[in-house]
Amino acid sequence: MTVVLVACVAMLAAAAVLLVIRIALGPTMLDRVIALDVLIAVMICGLALEAALNRHTTTLPVLVVLSLVGFVGSVSVARFTKGLDDVQAEQS
Amino acid sequence: MTNVVGAVELAVSWADVADVIAAICLFLGSLLALIAAIGVLRLPDLLSRMHSATKPQATGLILVLIGLAFRLRDFGSIGLLMTVALFQLVTSPIASHMVGRASFRAGQVRQELLVVDELSDALPGQEDPRGAP
Repeated sequence: MTVVLVACVAMLAAAAVLLVIRIALGPTMLDRVIALDVLIAVMICGLALEAALNRHTTTLPVLVVLSLVGFVGSVSVARFTKGLDDVQAEQS
Repeated sequence: MTNVVGAVELAVSWADVADVIAAICLFLGSLLALIAAIGVLRLPDLLSRMHSATKPQATGLILVLIGLAFRLRDFGSIGLLMTVALFQLVTSPIASHMVGRASFRAGQVRQELLVVDELSDALPGQEDPRGAP
């Protein structure tokens, strides 16, 4: 069990690093928002892995909260992004 | 006497079986998260990145939660985990819809990568890219 969980944590860490690279690259704000959404899902998976390793239920409410409010950021950014400036930044 | 020993062995083996199922589910969920992260990094435009991004948000997360449920083996925890999966399935399409709509209306979708584009015909007055709604 522990070996499998260590492999899972390694894969999640690699996924988080790749997503942070995408957040840094952009090119548009919506790309960053999508990567941030996936990063929240990876965070939920990481908390669940920690709970599975130690067999405790302390972090389960945190999982509920993350899955509930994780979409607020991307909805508000998608609502208020200007868009045109991002395209020019991508073409330059 | 032998029956008692057999029952004890059976109980231990059920726990082991549940742990093995949990390990398989957790591994598959984490693997999906890694594959999706590679896709988000490497795919060419926003819509295909969104296609890749939904994998850990729905399937990967549900696999990890199923694995955690098999590991915890507790009804209260399983109820909480089901609410986590339900909230994620309700909220992530909202975010994806808003992001895709904003991207299309802002003219950021790369037209040369689209195979079928029915939305441009359906929306009048979208020739000039405008800001997000």
